[in-house]
This record gives sequence, C-alpha cells and structure tokens, in this order.
Amino acid sequence: MDLLTELTILVLAAFVGFEVISKVPNTLHTPLMSATNAIHGIVLLGGLLLIGEATGFLDELLLVIAIAFGTINIVGGFLVTDRMLEMFKRRPEPRKAAEEPPAREAA
Amino acid sequence: MTFTASFLTDPDFIRVLYLAAFALFILGLHQLNHPRTARRGNMLAAVGMAIAVVATLLYPFVGDYLLIALGIAIGTAVGVPAARSVKMTAMPQMVALFNGVGGGAVALISFVEYRESLSFGFNPELETLIPILFAAIIGSISFWGSNIAFGKLQEILPGRPIQLPGQRFLNLALLAVAIGCAVIIAAGTESELLFIVILLSAAVLGNMFVLPIGGADMPVVISLLNAFTGLSAAAAGMALDNVALIVGGMLVGASGSILTRQMAEAMNRSIVNILAGGFGGVSVAAGAGDDGEAKPVRSTDASDVAIQLAYASKVVVAPGYGMAVAQAQHTVRELADELEKRGVRVDYAIHPVAGRMPGHMNVLLAEADVPYDHLKEMDEINPEFPQTDVALVIGANDVTNPAAREQADSPIYGMPILDVDKAGQVIVLKRSMNTGFAGIDNPLFYNENTALLFGDAKESVGSVLAEVKEL
Repeated sequence: MDLLTELTILVLAAFVGFEVISKVPNTLHTPLMSATNAIHGIVLLGGLLLIGEATGFLDELLLVIAIAFGTINIVGGFLVTDRMLEMFKRRPEPRKAAEEPPAREAA
Repeated sequence: MTFTASFLTDPDFIRVLYLAAFALFILGLHQLNHPRTARRGNMLAAVGMAIAVVATLLYPFVGDYLLIALGIAIGTAVGVPAARSVKMTAMPQMVALFNGVGGGAVALISFVEYRESLSFGFNPELETLIPILFAAIIGSISFWGSNIAFGKLQEILPGRPIQLPGQRFLNLALLAVAIGCAVIIAAGTESELLFIVILLSAAVLGNMFVLPIGGADMPVVISLLNAFTGLSAAAAGMALDNVALIVGGMLVGASGSILTRQMAEAMNRSIVNILAGGFGGVSVAAGAGDDGEAKPVRSTDASDVAIQLAYASKVVVAPGYGMAVAQAQHTVRELADELEKRGVRVDYAIHPVAGRMPGHMNVLLAEADVPYDHLKEMDEINPEFPQTDVALVIGANDVTNPAAREQADSPIYGMPILDVDKAGQVIVLKRSMNTGFAGIDNPLFYNENTALLFGDAKESVGSVLAEVKEL
C-alpha cells in the first residue's frame, strides 16, 4: 500500500475518533478509556505478522512477549470494561430504594 | 479445498474482514456514548477485535502457530484473572498497567522489525523506517510511563511528585538523544546499537516524565499515555503496512487526545504545564494541612450531621479521592437510601477530575449501585447549589475550593469548581486538618456555613448513617 493511501486512512481515522468520542459524557469516561485501551491492543497483529518470518531465538522471544502483552491488553481491557459497565444501572423509580446493596466486592 | 484455502487467504478477503472490524470498532465506540448501550458497544468492539485477529492469522506468511499460541496463552492467563479480580477502587492502576503492556508490545515489535531488516543488511525504506523509529520512541515512553503511573497509584512508589534538580533540562536532553539517534539512523546509518540507545533513552524519559506528576494530575497523565500507545500502534501499522493497526491505533490516539484535553480544561491548566509537574501532587485531594495558623474552623459530630441531613429536602454529595481511598462508596449509598426513604432528594456532584482517572467517581458509585441518573456533571449541578440545603463533601478538596473563583493569586485560580459553598450548609468530611501534603489552603473550611466532620470517610459516613436510622 502506498504511503499516501496510508496517510489518508490515518487522517480519516483520526477524525472519526474525534467525532465519536467528543460526545461521551463524563459518567462514562473510565469505561471509554478502558475500552479504547483494549482497542490499542490491536498491536497484537504486529506480533502475528512478524513472528512467521522471525529468525533466531531473541527475535522469537521478543515477539512472544509482544504477543502476550498485546493479548493482556485486549482480553484484560475488554473484560474489565464489561465488568465496569455491568454496574451502570438506572433505578426505575428513584424514590423507591430499599433493597439491600448487593455486596459487589470483587470476587 | 484449494478454492476455499485460496479464497480465505486472499489479501482482499482479509481486508474485507478488517473493514468489518473497523465498522464494529466505530459502532462500539459510538454506543459507549450512553450507559444503556455502552455494554453492548464494548462487546461489539471486542467482536471487531476478534475478527481482526482471526483475519490476520489467515495471511499465508503468518506462521509459527505454536509460538503464537504460546504468546496468546500467556497473555490470557495473565489478563483474564487480573481483569476478573481487580477491585473497582484499583481501576486506575489497572488501566495504567494494560496501557503499559500495549506500549511495551509496540516498542518490542518495532525493535524486531528493525532487526529483521538489518538481517538483510540494510535499513528499511524511509516510509517504513520513520514510523518504526516513531513507534519505538513513543511505545517505550508509554510502557515505562505507564508502569510508573501504576506504581504511584498502587502506592508502590510515593504518590507525591519526585523531582530532580534540572529535571526539565534532563527530560529535554533525553528527548534530544532519542530523536538525534533516530535522525542518524534515518539518515542512513545502520546500527542496532543506536536503536537500543533510542529505546533506552525513551525508557528513561518515560520514567522521568511521570515521576514528578502527582496525585490530582493523574487523570491527565493516564489519558495522555493512552493516546501515546494508540499513536505508536498506528505508527507500527504504517511500518508494517497493516490497515487494521493504523485504524485501531489512530482511533485510540484521537480519543485519548480528546480526553486529555478535556481533563486539562477541567483543571484550567495547559497540558505542558501539567507535564512540567510539581503542582499536582501538592494539591492532592487527601489533605490540605493549614500550617498551624489558627483560623477558626467549626467541627461537628455525627448526630448533628444526621439531623441536618434528615431534615433537608435536597442534599448534594460531592465525592473526591478521599472517598475512594476510604472505600466509602457503599456506605455513602446506604446513607443516601436512608435519606431518600425520608423524602430527601440526594444527588451526586461529579467534578470531571475528581479522583485519579477520568470518570473515577462514576465507576465507584456505579459499583455501589447508585443509579447513574443521580450523578450530575459539574455544569448541571452548579446552578442547583443555591437551592441545596446541605452539600456533603466527602474527601474532595481542590475541586470545591472557592479560591479558584475568587483569589487571583491562587495556583488553582480559574479552575472550574463545584460551587458547594453556595449551598445552605456545607459539611466536609476530612481525615484531619494537618495530615497529608501541605497543600493549597481551602477557604471553604473557614466559611460560616461550613462544618467539618473529622475522621475516616467510611467510618464518618457509617456513624452518620447509624444516627439517621435512630432519628
């Protein structure tokens, strides 16, 4: 792919990013950050692309670490975001509030 | 059979899958705009990621599946339990850690990519080389910076700013070394050693740039590091000619930049000013010791607070980092429930930079089952304070400091704050007047309509709750 095509994609992606994010309310800033955090784990693909042609122990070792890092980033990021978002609830009738708070301390 | 194989491994087919992944990323991010759809949005993005990974595995030259499986297995074994077991109060450091590993992956990948081209005996072309160098520098800064941020938030490292003499000069020098070596390589020198120097100087720079940034400035730093990792991933995509990396990385780079700007604006400070460090840690929300100078403050007790709250018609809770430290969110909610049973309307005033990461308070209160429609953003709640009977400030300091409005010489002058002082009665829950860092004095504490309830936030709220139940 030529450089200009790549730059075009880069710039358009930046604008989409700005557009989509600028409307997110404060309430959701943490989950938003942790979800985008998971998305940059996409760097895992870089490890996948390189490892087939890597030669030598050092390169392979570094790439396995990179793949592991990328996986932690993706899997951990999406899971933790889901755990957070699961908690965001709306009470149907704000005045009716009697149930015991479920002890949601992490397992 | 051959037909399917060739069809599946056709680069165009893979690109189509990537396209589907992008659509899912963007839809997912879009749905994160609202709490009702946010969870589905996150899942859509995760599905998009799965598609992107599977598509990449289809490339015929991708191999060594055993090593790939090994890396993914290790990553899953570490990531899943960590994400499952982390406590909501520890979320800022978890986000920092996940961000760090992403940056680390970028740095490693750029290093291997450079070594691979050197093994053919020459530097890659500039259009590949420049992104590699950029990814190496930013990725390495992001990895080390995030680790330091993690250390600070986890309290392995002291949260207060650590500054060396001439630190700014040193940082600039490190940056100059990294960029200088990058320019030398780009100018045609083939040297693995120089590349390692780049990685190392960026690593030290990453450490140095986060170390002096303290407590209250953490939300800015975390979102900035997030943006960095995204940008470096996009650069790695340019180097590897991979659209998925470019788009995914850039979406994060853009969103992280926006969030960073919003955080900085909420503090009325420029990003450069925050990165220069020093101020943030001093202003840490946990304590604002007055240096022994005897200005009268009115302290109160739990039963008094209970009476004021129970007979109010509108109460606004302004939480800060102190609530997170004391893990008081569940008790706070119980108190609010008890008050609501008595017909008191309880809302929460959330300052954009309360806590240690963007939206920190919202997550904690959501964990305690506080419905999100009771969490009011600053602009929404400020006009309501004059009609509020009692403002209950729990472990928040700077974000309620009227000096930001009134004293032009105050370091936080101009920062938008929660106007709690305009409520009929202000009750501030604090550990004590003189623990913590010697911070900026808060005139709120000396106001006539302010009373202070000293003690651990969780215990204080607990005893107020007990008193309210007795009424």
